[in-house]
Amino acid sequence: MRNALLSLALTFLTLATLAAAGFEVEERHWIGPQDGTPLRIISTTDTAILAPLIESFLQKHPGTAVDYTVANSSEVMKAVLKGEEQFDVALSSAMDLQTKLANDGFTRPHQSAFTALIPDWGKWRDHVFAFSLEPASVVVSAAGFRGRDIPRTRQDLIALMRAEPERFLGKVGTYDVALSGLGYLFATQDARTSETYWRLMEVTGSLEPVLYCCSASMIEDIAVGEILIAYNVLGSYARARQDLKDKIIVIDPEDYTHLMMRSAVLLSGGGQPDLAQRFVDHLAYAAWSQPPGAEYPFHPPSAEFIGAANSKRLIQLGPGLLVYQDAEKRRRFMAEWFNAIRKQ
Amino acid sequence: MRFLLVEDNESLANAIQARLRLDGHAVDHAPDAGTACAFSDTTDYDLILLDIMLPDGDGRSFLKNHRDNRKETPVIVLTARSEVSDRVGMLDLGADDYLTKPFDFSELEARCRAVLRRRGGGSSNLRRFANLLFDPMAGTLSSGGKTISLRNRELRLLEVFLNAPDRIFSKSKLVDRLFSYDEEVSENAIEVYVARLRKHLAGSGAEITTVRGLGYRLSLE
Amino acid sequence: MSATVNVSGSIRRRLLLQLMGSAALLAALLFLAVLGFVRNVAEESHDRILLASATSILESVSVQSGEITADIPYAALSMLGNVSDDRVFYQIATPAGVLTGYADLPVAGPPVQPGQPLFQTARYKAESIRSVTLFRRLSVEGAPVAVQVSVAQTRSGQAALLAQLSWSALYLGVGFFVLASGLAFWSTQSSITPLRSLTEAISRRGPKDLRPVSRPVPSEMSPLVSSLNSFISRLQTSLARSEDFIAEAAHRVRTPLATVRAQAEVTLMRIENENKRTSLREMIRAIDESSRAAGQLLDHAMVSFRTDSLELEDVNLTELARDLAERLQPVAELKDMSLHFEGQETIRLPGDGILLQNAVRNILDNAIKYSGRDSEVWIRAVCRGGCACIEIEDQAGGFKCEDTEALTRRFVRGANARNTTGSGLGLTIAREVAEAHGGKLIIENSQTGTGACVTLCFPLH
Repeated sequence: MRNALLSLALTFLTLATLAAAGFEVEERHWIGPQDGTPLRIISTTDTAILAPLIESFLQKHPGTAVDYTVANSSEVMKAVLKGEEQFDVALSSAMDLQTKLANDGFTRPHQSAFTALIPDWGKWRDHVFAFSLEPASVVVSAAGFRGRDIPRTRQDLIALMRAEPERFLGKVGTYDVALSGLGYLFATQDARTSETYWRLMEVTGSLEPVLYCCSASMIEDIAVGEILIAYNVLGSYARARQDLKDKIIVIDPEDYTHLMMRSAVLLSGGGQPDLAQRFVDHLAYAAWSQPPGAEYPFHPPSAEFIGAANSKRLIQLGPGLLVYQDAEKRRRFMAEWFNAIRKQ
Repeated sequence: MRFLLVEDNESLANAIQARLRLDGHAVDHAPDAGTACAFSDTTDYDLILLDIMLPDGDGRSFLKNHRDNRKETPVIVLTARSEVSDRVGMLDLGADDYLTKPFDFSELEARCRAVLRRRGGGSSNLRRFANLLFDPMAGTLSSGGKTISLRNRELRLLEVFLNAPDRIFSKSKLVDRLFSYDEEVSENAIEVYVARLRKHLAGSGAEITTVRGLGYRLSLE
Repeated sequence: MSATVNVSGSIRRRLLLQLMGSAALLAALLFLAVLGFVRNVAEESHDRILLASATSILESVSVQSGEITADIPYAALSMLGNVSDDRVFYQIATPAGVLTGYADLPVAGPPVQPGQPLFQTARYKAESIRSVTLFRRLSVEGAPVAVQVSVAQTRSGQAALLAQLSWSALYLGVGFFVLASGLAFWSTQSSITPLRSLTEAISRRGPKDLRPVSRPVPSEMSPLVSSLNSFISRLQTSLARSEDFIAEAAHRVRTPLATVRAQAEVTLMRIENENKRTSLREMIRAIDESSRAAGQLLDHAMVSFRTDSLELEDVNLTELARDLAERLQPVAELKDMSLHFEGQETIRLPGDGILLQNAVRNILDNAIKYSGRDSEVWIRAVCRGGCACIEIEDQAGGFKCEDTEALTRRFVRGANARNTTGSGLGLTIAREVAEAHGGKLIIENSQTGTGACVTLCFPLH
């Protein structure tokens, strides 16, 4: 059995079956025995990152399998709202979307000794459970900044881009807030936090920025020198790329750095509620026990991030996150954002 | 002996007087405490018999008065009350003895004798007959220089005879004097005591003679 | 002497129960009042936050280029999150339709006046919600349009808070009850203290202490105490009267008997006729018997009277026995009997001297009465086996296989008593006195077998 688990093969399902789901799927894997009881997870996190955690879960629960679907955060939301396919657990980096799912009644509560490990700021209503703490960082090209000052703050970035517009023209990237839920979360939190953000966006807008769907692509493009500056990239992803260590520089801006929490919700439509609870317990234990489990793929969430004197700003779970999910608010924000970013 | 009888009940007083006189005693009767005081002030009595319930005052007050005046005459209290409640009070007030009514005269005599003996008085009552010297208090009989002690019944028998020398006493009468009425005694028991007494009287000039069919009498030889 | 008392309830318990019942009622009322107040306050504060949220949303509604638009402030919803982790719903609507938010949120019709909030409780998405609705008129291209803003929040946080506050209210109620019960206990205790101290004062009294109660008592107890005092004085009178009665009865019975006896004796000495003499003897014997019976009956009455309220004093038992022996010496001598007293050590015990003397006297009387001439009687005062004993031994033949226990019953006489006067109460009196002193009367044949040995035993402590 153990051998069977160790020799797990990632099984690709045909994209044809995915298209029928009514939402866009990036990848889908069946992990574990073919005849195992499936725990259906829909997630924004790449399979490779969570695979060790899933495998340790399967080891603890023989006879189960995980049907792991990856989509971007907006599609995760769409998949749940449409409800054409039932999932047991939704994992997402878009805290506002997770909150909205919980608020609007698509989730079920859960309380256990493991969820008790999660600090109060990592939970909402026993519906949303955080399992990582990741910074919204700035990644710059090591080659492009060789011999130059590395920008430490947003002011540095603005000054840099204003000073040498021709150098950065078409070389700045950030999330497309229309495509990425996480990008929208970072953008709205930035807008809420500081007016500097809009000046930064205006400067960026004047440099014909490249808009991305995901952090991974931005990191790749920085590494190959396609762009020089990527703003609001998941620092955890960037730092995890040991292979690109010499090509990229990851900066947590010193004026403020938002901390996002990757979170799990138990979907009320799921067919395996007990298994789903045990999976969430497994996640919570891996993330929040001291020290975190060996298979935990992220930088351990540390209390030092949360200090008040720190430039790190935790994005608070709670109804406030619903504000930018308001259709009217979103419409206005998008209009304003694209207005800034697409000057030309 | 000379008695002062303080008793308010006339008929009882009369009966007691009569009975005591039969034994050869002198008795003055006082019906109340006042008379009793008057009598005792003027006459020397060997013994006072005091009824505790008197019309003009409790006998207790007479007794207290009597003792306060340091009079030596012994007092025997006659009480008709319950012994339990009265006895201690009597003795505390200075009575020498007490007797509940009705009483046996033999017992009264015995008690008087005991009281007088305790007091060391009554020596004036020595009786003489022939060569005999009889001390009824000490219960001794002396003749010819030797003194003997008499036992109680011998003593009483001698007293009976000495009270009326030459008089014939039937056995029946002697039984009544020597034994209490609740004792079942045959008249022959008297012969035993008469025989003992005769032995004591031997050589004293007095003798108890048998009067056939009638009884005994004391006479000079 | 301890009579059973017909007890019905207890003042202390009743008072305590009543006070505790009141305390429980008050505690329950307090609990309900606090609960109601807390519920009100919680609801009101919740309403106030909802209103603040709705107001800030309403203020963000504006007309831009002829269209109504809303820019919900971040704080408008996050402030609701600060209160509790409850689900939040909102809706912005115009008469034309829902502008944004939850379209299916159950909202009542527009409030009566602008600025007047309308609160309501409803069910939404399977949960109970509390909502507030506000409206405001905006002018869109010159035409007034009523904009209506509703904010709602589920109430599980409030319910949890209320549950917590209910517990606090319950603790408060229970605390109040416990405190009040403690005070009730204390006040009950202190209010019956005068009663208890009166009881103690009275029960501490000796049996002969019949003084009226003079200690100060609370006014409520004065009727009781005055009744008690009058009862005590009646009891005193009655006791004195019964003592007098016994004495008087004795006097009345014995004096004529004494007269008759004396007369009979005088007559007996005077007459010669043997038949008449026999009758007279019978008469004297009958008189003796009846006077002795009367005496013992009266003694027995007095003994019962005294044992009922036994008053203990220090009694020298040796001295008592010696005195009695001395006093009965003449009587013994009359029968040519010897009465010996034996007793070296001084034996003391707490008791009623008069009763003890009477008991010993009765036994001694019996011994002398049943003994023949020239026999001997011993009276001994000894300490034996932790008991003070007075032992009276005679040579009168003893008891022949009789039930010695029966002898101590009233009016039972021994087989050898047929020719002797007596009422049979002597041993009964002796036994009652012994038992009143915690001792016993032992009747047995003497070791020599020639007579009886009667022992009064009193345990020494």
